[in-house]
Amino acid sequence: MSVITYRDALNQALREEMHRDDRVFLMGEEVAVYQGAYKVSKGLLQEFGEMRVVDTPITELGFAGVGVGAAMVGLRPIIEFMTWNFALLAIDQVVNSAAKMLYMSGGQYNIPMVFRGPNGAALQLSAQHSQAWESWLAHIPGLKVVAPGTPYDAKGLLKSAIRDDDPVIVLEGEMLYNTKGEVPENEEVIVPIGKAELKREGEHASIITHGKMVLTALQAADQLGKQGINVDVVDLRTIRPMDIDAITTSVRKTNRAVVLEEGWEFCGVGAQVVDYIQRECFDDLDAPVVRIHQADVPMPYAKNLERAAKPDAAKTVAAVKKVMYLE
Amino acid sequence: MATKVVMEALSPTMEEGRLVKWLKNEGDQIKNGETLAEVETDKAIMELVARGEGVLRKRLLNENDAAPVGQLIAVIAAPDENIDALVSGAGDGAAAPAAPTTTSAASTSVPRSPAQAQGEASAPPQEKTASAPPAPPAGRPAAPPAPSAAPSGNGGGRMRSSPLARRMASENGLDLQAVHGSGPGGRIIKRDVEAAVASGAVRQQPAAARLVPAGEDFRDAPLTQIRKTIARRLSESIGPIPTFYLTAEFDMERVAEMRGAMAAMGDEFKVSFNDIVLKAVGTALAQHPEVNAHWLGDKIRYFNRVHLGMAVAIEDGLITPVIFDADQKRMSEISRESRELAKRARERKLKPEEYTGSTFSVSNLGMFGIDQFTAIINPPEVGILAIGALEEKPVVIDGAVATRKRMRVTMSCDHRVVDGALGARFLQTLRRLIENPLMLVY
Repeated sequence: MSVITYRDALNQALREEMHRDDRVFLMGEEVAVYQGAYKVSKGLLQEFGEMRVVDTPITELGFAGVGVGAAMVGLRPIIEFMTWNFALLAIDQVVNSAAKMLYMSGGQYNIPMVFRGPNGAALQLSAQHSQAWESWLAHIPGLKVVAPGTPYDAKGLLKSAIRDDDPVIVLEGEMLYNTKGEVPENEEVIVPIGKAELKREGEHASIITHGKMVLTALQAADQLGKQGINVDVVDLRTIRPMDIDAITTSVRKTNRAVVLEEGWEFCGVGAQVVDYIQRECFDDLDAPVVRIHQADVPMPYAKNLERAAKPDAAKTVAAVKKVMYLE
Repeated sequence: MATKVVMEALSPTMEEGRLVKWLKNEGDQIKNGETLAEVETDKAIMELVARGEGVLRKRLLNENDAAPVGQLIAVIAAPDENIDALVSGAGDGAAAPAAPTTTSAASTSVPRSPAQAQGEASAPPQEKTASAPPAPPAGRPAAPPAPSAAPSGNGGGRMRSSPLARRMASENGLDLQAVHGSGPGGRIIKRDVEAAVASGAVRQQPAAARLVPAGEDFRDAPLTQIRKTIARRLSESIGPIPTFYLTAEFDMERVAEMRGAMAAMGDEFKVSFNDIVLKAVGTALAQHPEVNAHWLGDKIRYFNRVHLGMAVAIEDGLITPVIFDADQKRMSEISRESRELAKRARERKLKPEEYTGSTFSVSNLGMFGIDQFTAIINPPEVGILAIGALEEKPVVIDGAVATRKRMRVTMSCDHRVVDGALGARFLQTLRRLIENPLMLVY
């Protein structure tokens, strides 16, 4: 077992899948010569050549559309967005072409492609570059959305996404690229889409989360553990399709839930999680479910305000105590 | 996280309690649900249990002294916690809200049983299925208990509980009305139900396992005009309960024979005459539900289950423990239960749920050599059977005088519900059962 970064885990996934299937190619801004804005595609141009690692102009709508076309004729494109903030320009291709092609062609064209890139806030990148888009994307029937929080899940989910015959959105994290974790060297790492994982096991409350917030939840769990409070940390890993069983199993055990996400509250992913809980676990709840999320404002630039607006471990700890009636 | 220990309403009618004995000393470590003291209620000696954890810091009531329900009688708190304010407030009005002391559990608390910072008077859970009669008039337990926090604007007096608490209560046969809510706005949450279950009140519920939907336990019949008139006229004539009496003498030869034969099989098969009579009355009532009823003023409630009250003389009075579902029980069960209930009644150890809920009563003074007597109806029941002594008498059978064992029973009937012919038919059935005791196993 070796300990590698999230960035390298993604790089391994790309390399392995490009070796495995020569229909797989990578396209995006700065992915080739510059080796990727975040160096996720390091070494791939040299290894696979410029036919399979393709630099594009700054034209998100254009290269996303080229990707959809390539998928329609049998290739398996991976479209890298420098960040998901820029992917807004390509949203028509993602939502109206990639997601709906199978349906509107009466099953004639499936779209085996991946849209990937960093999602959510980093540090002091201000309002336009600090946004979590999962609720936008997960809203669309026809898209699968994954949000790995660890190097292992990043590798395993990206490989599953590349092999999937439908469009899959991979939400990475700028602040995650340097995080490290164990990823086995000599065995194939595959994480199935639609399968959550219990990252921490406890009995007193459930924290349900995904993506970068998994790390926040684990921090909160550590702090709570020192106070004798043991929580389940349910990492959804895939936002759509969501692993409802994992959620309900945990909540039925603990009777209390906190739903943690990076994005805004209104129509957020957490709202969907809470809906599943109230539908499936009504008689198991001992307290109203509490949600933790970004403050309902564009992300402030000022360091102190940015910190105040973001969800963090302290807010999560307080929420867990609230659902346990300890505050 | 101090816990106030208050005098709790430990019987449905209790207004004050006398502290018989402290079972814990100041300085003792206390666990949630542990017995702190023995308290004498108007009915029995009951256990007062802790509803929080910590050290018993202060006892505020001396043994043999009485305190009204709701009065602070002790404080449980952390060893170093300042409880001056609490202690100085002792003796304040009964059932003062405990709100100011309900601070959150310390951050080091063990969450499965977060110290319950509550000491509000909360009545022990008691059976409140539809089979329970309306509580006697005075001093019902002050349910629902006052919310721990100041009641918030919305919701008013509605009892709040989490869905989980409701489910757990129903699984444990626990009445949420009797559980104190420690959540926001007095919401009853998991830990409150767990504490109530841990306090043992639930386990003691004799009929808990038999809980059936309320609607199946009885049938309410609106008063017909004739019943209203009978009720009004007869009450005017004789008093609030227009009672009349029916006496019959039963032949007890076969009962004696049966009892002798059973005893000959071994000591474990010994039953008393009274056990056999109880069994027979239970069976007869099941066949005459019109006698197994309560007079509720504006309607008559006919019960589908037979809960037989059994008057037991105790040192300074009497009490009527209940054999629930007496018609469904085997004679050996009735025998064991009645012995056990009588013993605990004399020791004043009966729980409230063990002496409430009867649908008909039996009083037996035969062992005192009383030939025959009239018993007073225990309202809202509509009948009581007085059992006299068994004695050998000359009787005429088939034209010849023979010596037979005989027993006289007198049924007191509430004429508003039970008319003469109805009472007579009931006694006819009872006679058939007692004179042919094999019918009891049919």
